[in-house]
Amino acid sequence: MLLSSAHAHAAGTLTVGMTAGDLPQTTGNPDQGFEGYRFVGYNLYDSLVLWDLSQGDKASDIKPGLATEWHIDEADNKRWIFALRQGVKWHDGCLFTADDVVWNLGYSSNDKAPQFNPAQFAQARPYLGTYAGIEKIDDHTVAFTTKVPDSLFPYEISYLLMISPCRAKEVNNDWTQYALKPSGTGPYKFDKMVPHQRLELVPNTEYWDKARVPKQDRLVLIPMPEASTRTAALLSDQVNWIEAPSPDAIDRLKSAGMQIVTKIYPHNWSYQLNFVKGPFSDKRVRQAANYALNRTDMKEMLSGLMEEEYATVPPSTAYYGHPVLYKYDPAKAAALLKEAGCVPCKVKFAISTSGSGQMQPLPMNELVKSQLDAAGFEVTLDTMDWNALLKLGREGAEEHPDTHAINISRSLLDPYNALIRHVWTGAWAPKGSNWGHYSNPAVDKLVESILSEFDTEKRLALLTQLHETMNEEAALIFVAHDVNPRAMSPNVKGFVQAQSWFQDLTPVTISP
Amino acid sequence: MSFYILRRILYAIPIAFGVSVVCFSLVYIAPGDPLQTVMPPDATAETIAIVKKAYGFDKPLPMQFLIWLGRVLTGDFGMSISTRRPVFLEVSEALANTSLLALFAVPLAFFTGYVMGAIAGCFPGRWVDRLVTGAAVVGVSLPNYWLGIVLVIFFAVEYMLLPATGMGPTGSTGFHILEWSSARFLVLPVITLSMIPVGILSRTTRAAVAEVRNQEFVQTLRAKGLSEWAVTRHVLKNSLPQVMAVMGLQFGYLLGGSILVETVFTWPGSGFLLSKAIINRDVPVLQGTILTLSLVFVATNLVVDLLQSLIDPRIRRA
Repeated sequence: MLLSSAHAHAAGTLTVGMTAGDLPQTTGNPDQGFEGYRFVGYNLYDSLVLWDLSQGDKASDIKPGLATEWHIDEADNKRWIFALRQGVKWHDGCLFTADDVVWNLGYSSNDKAPQFNPAQFAQARPYLGTYAGIEKIDDHTVAFTTKVPDSLFPYEISYLLMISPCRAKEVNNDWTQYALKPSGTGPYKFDKMVPHQRLELVPNTEYWDKARVPKQDRLVLIPMPEASTRTAALLSDQVNWIEAPSPDAIDRLKSAGMQIVTKIYPHNWSYQLNFVKGPFSDKRVRQAANYALNRTDMKEMLSGLMEEEYATVPPSTAYYGHPVLYKYDPAKAAALLKEAGCVPCKVKFAISTSGSGQMQPLPMNELVKSQLDAAGFEVTLDTMDWNALLKLGREGAEEHPDTHAINISRSLLDPYNALIRHVWTGAWAPKGSNWGHYSNPAVDKLVESILSEFDTEKRLALLTQLHETMNEEAALIFVAHDVNPRAMSPNVKGFVQAQSWFQDLTPVTISP
Repeated sequence: MSFYILRRILYAIPIAFGVSVVCFSLVYIAPGDPLQTVMPPDATAETIAIVKKAYGFDKPLPMQFLIWLGRVLTGDFGMSISTRRPVFLEVSEALANTSLLALFAVPLAFFTGYVMGAIAGCFPGRWVDRLVTGAAVVGVSLPNYWLGIVLVIFFAVEYMLLPATGMGPTGSTGFHILEWSSARFLVLPVITLSMIPVGILSRTTRAAVAEVRNQEFVQTLRAKGLSEWAVTRHVLKNSLPQVMAVMGLQFGYLLGGSILVETVFTWPGSGFLLSKAIINRDVPVLQGTILTLSLVFVATNLVVDLLQSLIDPRIRRA
């Protein structure tokens, strides 16, 4: 016991058991979903725009990062100007400049650039859908141009992590080598890595944001895809922090004195619907499905580890507004189905056995099926592995006319990903992630107004209107918001859980 | 004998080729996308097309296979899609880690299984036979991932005697077998991994020994007045070829690593690598691992066949 505990606690080491199946990439934008960004991406690297993770009372929003300020060019609403932070150094000692930002856009976006990295292109491109080009104005200012007016561009650029061109030059653009010697500007520096096993980071004591210089001596990241393995590792003192303990382990962890922290965050576990073919093209059927769900039962089944979802985003989001809420009403659901002439209403849902953000997909889908069936639906669950479901999700409803809904959990961090991508005709799959090809001229007009509105308050009002419209339209079947559970040893102190997929580990201390 | 060895090696070539064709086809028949790990869920069709081209997945399947085969013949297994590390490095490291498990699991399983089976076979129907047979059935029937979890709960969580998961302590960059801080990570996975081979081998050995004991030459030996110990030695020797064939298969199984055991213990061996490659559709790693493991199996069987023919020359003549 003493031997094992010594490793986890010596000199304030925070050892994290991640849910990822492997160590996230260290060459900039990581893989392994947003867990990769949470533990590796935003620790080794910064983006021009960062997320404020310092409080947990409201949904996180963006804040200055490697850029201190940004604004739209008054003469051109497709040109964003970013003022860069001065005096910032890469972990390798080089100075951060505008040339580095231009180089990084070539790294992740320009397949003609010598530093182009297709893996990074794949990771970054979905966030740069409207990006058209970049130019250096001076050593500390850059201008981005977009294909169309895009008032949400600063949100999108927050996902683009900056890597050091100096280090890239040193390794001759060999990204396998770069992965073993990564250099960013983030609050942690790379120390060592045993591929597939451990990544060890140490504090960057010269970090530009002095309030975020890490308070631990070392951060160790270990991939542990099995929930039972993570639980055992925490209980045996091999790690002092685990992500996503399974609901049935919570009581055991609590009885061992572990801290369980949860917080609602921008995540939804819902169904995107097929608007092209099948029953869900009728709004009454969509509303019936939402009325048929008893989300309280679902919460009970998950030992309380969820919040009931009645709208696309959680209520703490700035643009939540006052949406129509489809509270459990099976009689109303049955009446709507009868009115729509869909009795029994046969539908097929594509679901996965596991996957990033999918919570407990099998029991949850079984419960949804039983509740919908009780209200007059006849649900067939088409179960597949996560990879196959993602492929189906990318291809769009027209390629899969017999599938009426897909259960892919989505991150809702920024307004585009939270709302627009679900309902904008411009985001129809396979070009975007409007899987079911929802299309509504009024909604499209609203989206275009949002993208062209550069006044924050006015844009917020438009976003609220869009959110309320999505509920009125029952654009999704709303089921659950995850509450981001994690468990940690009693001696882990100082963690503030943000309402975000990302978290700030820098204030965490480990008492002896 | 040399002609026999050459003939067996030549047989191995079409087997390896067949395995690579089948595994290549299976990977593509399965739904999913080989670029899933590098592509976020919301990747657009345009992004997918550019990345497919960059990784060479835009070419027709037969051409992809031939390109891959050409590279393999020159010793280049390509790069992993998800880690961008050379597949050869990935596979060799994983195989070394699994071999470390096998290094301890093989003698443990073979010795225990053989001794248990031989004792049971020598005393058929007696209480010791029933005990061994019962234990063997339990060993074969217990799902090893379940056993692994139970051992973890007992030895790691409740008594904190051994680590629950991983391969080596924080701060280390290598595995040092002679240091207890590293070696302790081996104990639980080795015990878990060896449980099934122990059961299989003890049952096989018991059956082989019991069968040989009933053969006429054993009666002749007894009639000649040989001591029971000397008779037993003859029985054990004559049961060896049958037992060795099963040992060979089990050796291949242990070297191939167990996906379930390595996943439960997060042991970065070939089984764990294979499971990640399947989940991520990391085609180059999948192909490299399966080809290497199939070659290991073929080589193991070849060695076993040769050993069998050394023990029993009748096999060579056949």
